[in-house]
Amino acid sequence: MPDDTRVLDVDYLARVEGEGNMKVRIRDGKAEIVEFGIFEPPRFYEAFLRGRRFSDAPDITARICGICPVAYQMSSVNAMERIFGIPVEGPLRELRRLLYCGEWIESHVLHAAMLHLPDFLGYESAIHMAADHRETVELALRLKKIGNDLMVLLGGREIHPINVRVGGWYKVPTKRELEAKLDDLEWAREASLQFLDLLAGVPMPQIEQSFEYVSLSHPDEYPLADGRIVSNRGIDIDVAEFNDVFEEIHVERSNALQSRVRERGPYHVGPLARYNLNFEKLTPGAQRAAYDAGLREECFNPFQSILVRTVETLYAVEEAIRIIDAYEQPAEPVVPYDVTAGEGHGASEAPRGLLYHRYLLDDGGYILDAQIAPPTAQNQLTIEDDLRAVLERNIDLPDDELQWRLEQSIRNYDPCISCATHFLRLEIDRG
Amino acid sequence: MSRPKLGVFKFASCDGCQLTLLDAEDELLAVAEAIHIANFPEASREVVDGPYQLSLVEGSITTPHDLERIKEIRRESEFLVTIGACATAGGIQALRNWADVEEYTREVYAHPEYISTLDRSTPVKNHVEVDFELRGCPISKYQLLETVNAFLNGRRPNIPTFSVCVQCKRKGNVCVMVAHGTPCLGPITQAGCYALCPSYNRGCYGCFGPMESPNAEALGDWMLAHGVERRDLVNALRGFNGYAEPFRKASDAYAG
Repeated sequence: MPDDTRVLDVDYLARVEGEGNMKVRIRDGKAEIVEFGIFEPPRFYEAFLRGRRFSDAPDITARICGICPVAYQMSSVNAMERIFGIPVEGPLRELRRLLYCGEWIESHVLHAAMLHLPDFLGYESAIHMAADHRETVELALRLKKIGNDLMVLLGGREIHPINVRVGGWYKVPTKRELEAKLDDLEWAREASLQFLDLLAGVPMPQIEQSFEYVSLSHPDEYPLADGRIVSNRGIDIDVAEFNDVFEEIHVERSNALQSRVRERGPYHVGPLARYNLNFEKLTPGAQRAAYDAGLREECFNPFQSILVRTVETLYAVEEAIRIIDAYEQPAEPVVPYDVTAGEGHGASEAPRGLLYHRYLLDDGGYILDAQIAPPTAQNQLTIEDDLRAVLERNIDLPDDELQWRLEQSIRNYDPCISCATHFLRLEIDRG
Repeated sequence: MSRPKLGVFKFASCDGCQLTLLDAEDELLAVAEAIHIANFPEASREVVDGPYQLSLVEGSITTPHDLERIKEIRRESEFLVTIGACATAGGIQALRNWADVEEYTREVYAHPEYISTLDRSTPVKNHVEVDFELRGCPISKYQLLETVNAFLNGRRPNIPTFSVCVQCKRKGNVCVMVAHGTPCLGPITQAGCYALCPSYNRGCYGCFGPMESPNAEALGDWMLAHGVERRDLVNALRGFNGYAEPFRKASDAYAG
């Protein structure tokens, strides 16, 4: 192997959900191969959903991901409710947004503070970081727990909640049960601001990327549980048109299907996409906090996703307070419906980006066909493009520092590989 | 005295059971002081070589590579504890065990030839000796802390093997099956969730797997007699713990 060739080979990426790898080969100072692979074993969800009843979909698809089960439950019930023609509105819909706020707070703080911040401060993990930054880790843990507490109250438990059903809920909370969370949420508002202030002081690698950003959009709200699919390059479609605009392809190095905009190429979903396309829908408090942290109305630096995630955490806290203040307990937990055959599409915003589901049902309500496009699968090609750009700017770093910087770049996307597989090892080869 | 070393390993799974350790927000830092979290890729870049005093294994065995990896982990571990329905019973992905995996691969992937997978999703105990199996989909945070504590102190974990019904009655719930005719797997499912679903007015769907000596046929016959379709009964038994023996045998019998 000639001296001017370097190989970086990370065969099990840490601090991400699931099993992935990265392979980089540099020849004569130029990136030759940059691959982000997924070796998470395939679990065949779309195949074994066939023959199950529509009502199983939220509980089964939740098991695709222990970190964002609510996202799977929301996208699946949205699809089924479209088939049955039952819009779920009013307090039942508000409660779904509230449950989703809990998942955003829990997942965002887990990622920002426990999995991503150690990269910026040079620690192997949050537990290593706690030796020098105990107060920050304790603050993050308490904030994360407040998100989990919302999920426990509304969903029964943090991981794989049991209370969401097609048409609404099995049981709705009383106003008093929700109001008991307000003191914690007020603390969480201050804690999010304090954490954002700390992050604003952390040096960030500078890089600007021009991706196609794709997210849901809603006329009055920052997107969570539903909406139209929009992009900064002219996409504005109903969820049912997903397959007309996007396609999934299968490459050898990955057990996850990769997505792209038809006849255009890679796109990006996640906090940066939501933020760039929906800034004006954030609460005034979250907008002000973003400005104070040095952000503008749009953010093109993937490393700053840690700031945007924390702005979204603050948003979720403020939205949760708003929902609880306005809540009036509905008389019935579920909207009545008749089971019918048909095809339905559903999408929602998982903490790590757009999650699309499609189901075809027979007239008994049994699933004939299922399709699930998870956020990390959609982001795979963009992650590789981004890695190539980061690599080219940092090519003179020694291998160990270069490897860490590239790992950090992957973690900018909060990849959820368990989700993507239907989806990662780092190899850097300098020849 | 050096702290005992803990390893956390993942196979085919959703990551939820290992996340349970990070969800122990009030206890995590204290746990990390008492034990050395030496190999836990989801949480840390640091990998300290074995042997490990305690290894927690999440996920089922589904690929030829994983079959080799679990044997290596067993060799490196003084105690090996499986965490969750995937590692203990094969998980929801064990539904492939009743199907043709080649057909599944063709349905999900454009290039089935890129995919390396075994015909079956199997629990860890089918391949190596397991010292304790912690049930749940997901596992209970409190049962996890109890189990870690027990192994590090040289005692058996205090985990009940009676049914969901025991905890449901203690909670004072009205029985969803008797009062509302809602099909419920509580009578044959191991406790651990504190009767979560019945407390939310729905039937248990079996997250913690079969209780000790369940009578699945008696429950199945009751359900059929109360209007549950045979197909739905088979589906109910073939859930997150569907490949655990008592559930598997019963579902096979009803599937005919």
